[in-house]
Amino acid sequence: MTVITSRRRAAKADAQGPKPKGGFRYRKAVAIFVVPFAVLFVAFYLVPILYAVYQSLLKIQRQGTFGAPTQVFGGLSQYVLVFQDSVFWSSILRVLAFGIVQVPVMLALALLFALLLDSPLLRGKRFFRLAFFAPYAVPGVIAAIMWGYLYSPSLSPFKFVTGNVDLLGGGTILWAIANVVTWVYVGYNMLIIYSSLLAIPTEIYEAARLDGASQFRIAIAIKIPLVVPAIILTAVFSVIGTLQLLTEPLVFRQFTSSISSTFTPNMLVYSTSSVPNFNLAAAFSVVLAVATFILSIGFLRLTQRKADQ
Amino acid sequence: MSVDAPLRPAETFDDKTTRAPKRGRGPRESVMSRSAAMLIMGVFTLYFLIPIFWLLVSSTKTLDNFNTSAALWFTPSSLQDGIANVGRLFTYDGGIFPRWMLNSIVYATVAGGLGTILSAMCGYALAKYRFWGREALFNIFLGGVLVPATALALPLFLIFSKVQLTDTFWAVFLPSIVSPFGVYLCRIYASSSVPDEIIEAARIDGSGEVRTFFTVAIRLMSPALVTVFLFQFVAIWNNFFLPLVMLRTQSLFPVTLGLYTWNSNVSQYPELRTLVLVGAFVSIIPLLIAFLSLQRFWRSGLGAGGLK
Repeated sequence: MTVITSRRRAAKADAQGPKPKGGFRYRKAVAIFVVPFAVLFVAFYLVPILYAVYQSLLKIQRQGTFGAPTQVFGGLSQYVLVFQDSVFWSSILRVLAFGIVQVPVMLALALLFALLLDSPLLRGKRFFRLAFFAPYAVPGVIAAIMWGYLYSPSLSPFKFVTGNVDLLGGGTILWAIANVVTWVYVGYNMLIIYSSLLAIPTEIYEAARLDGASQFRIAIAIKIPLVVPAIILTAVFSVIGTLQLLTEPLVFRQFTSSISSTFTPNMLVYSTSSVPNFNLAAAFSVVLAVATFILSIGFLRLTQRKADQ
Repeated sequence: MSVDAPLRPAETFDDKTTRAPKRGRGPRESVMSRSAAMLIMGVFTLYFLIPIFWLLVSSTKTLDNFNTSAALWFTPSSLQDGIANVGRLFTYDGGIFPRWMLNSIVYATVAGGLGTILSAMCGYALAKYRFWGREALFNIFLGGVLVPATALALPLFLIFSKVQLTDTFWAVFLPSIVSPFGVYLCRIYASSSVPDEIIEAARIDGSGEVRTFFTVAIRLMSPALVTVFLFQFVAIWNNFFLPLVMLRTQSLFPVTLGLYTWNSNVSQYPELRTLVLVGAFVSIIPLLIAFLSLQRFWRSGLGAGGLK
């Protein structure tokens, strides 16, 4: 039925002159193209999200002290627990502190390297580009294991540092992790900003060069404003990454006792689910995902509004 | 967020054709700023490469030498010790390490390859056909980009345990196929690199829509597809949380999870320390090679992903 009506509609559109590009005529083709991805997206993205929300609305009830536990609808009771949980909030504050320092430092370095690569000041650009990007080929687990040894007071090749400063101690461990994340991702962000610099037509600053502007001045006044969109992109992905911090601290637990099992929000989710308390863990997950979403959308909006002004 | 970010032709990414500094025009850069720039880059080259170099050096040492010899240089017996280490790595525990490498390669290439094709089809349709709900669909997929993969791991575990598929190959493989970011990139690429005229021409020649996609469009989109594949390959290769949550059987582990479990046993079995270091080095070699050889695609893809 629907096929017939759609055909009729398409025929009508044809008869009326400018036909819609694509249109209902290609419904079958569109379905063939879109449905496979859409089905998997629903199965492994939407359903898990909805299922997590559903789980977070349940709670375990026992009949008496020794009765069998049953899952019953608990309304927002898990969320009340989440918002009262000081461990959760201190883990959030910890990753926020991490992000406020690590993301700007990493992006500033990435921008500096990209600008240097784009300037006529350097020789051997190809080498630097490859060398700086190489750490991105190292998976988080491997990078953390490697740096774990490099930080270790007894095994590190930099004993003159690690012998005197306890990098794996409670006060510095967060920044030791920040260093690992920075090490892996600076080159990647550098490349994003660099390819956006390459897209700027040279003519734009040719005039400035002829007027005698220095490279520094050109970078500040012309190049940086033009690559702001690329920087925003890298910033959004970095913010998402920061809130999800899990792999590096989890690996560092093998090197030091100064990381608790609830050090970051995701570690808290993991340890809560191994209790097992899936309902509470699901509520943590939902709150964390919503917070990530709001933060990245908010950041996009904020920076876009500024750019519009 | 603008979706149809302008794409630059691939040639502009080649350094040789762009921006060769025009000597003799404008002020010459002072020796001071040249040296400062080289100094900064030189120092950071050490920062980025020394850890990897240390890993290489350490994987050529016996446990005794690792503890006693100079950490950043080889020992006289490095060559044979290194070979012996790799030999032990590949035979330890019935050859579990090559199994992990193979698992990682299968998860990353097969799921990544499948995901790339599905993303390409979907992105192409979203770019080239107008249909009801197109923008809504695209925005939902785009929202998926912002959903952190770690937030999905736990509910995925609960769902897979309902159908008793946890601790199977599929538990890691199936969720890895979906890449909303791939769809996003493919849509941008398709709308800028596949001209409507070509699709029209194919239609006039009597080619069906699906055939046009697989014979014509997919070729025009091939640089984007390499990028999408690489992104997804790396994401799956690096994925740690999903296998950690899903898998218990060691023979199903990807190499990251395998090395993690070895490293957690180092205090009981000190000989594992050498294997962890050698294994870490061996495990990054495939990725390093893939990265360095496919660099050109990386950069053009990263440029395309930029928001306007």
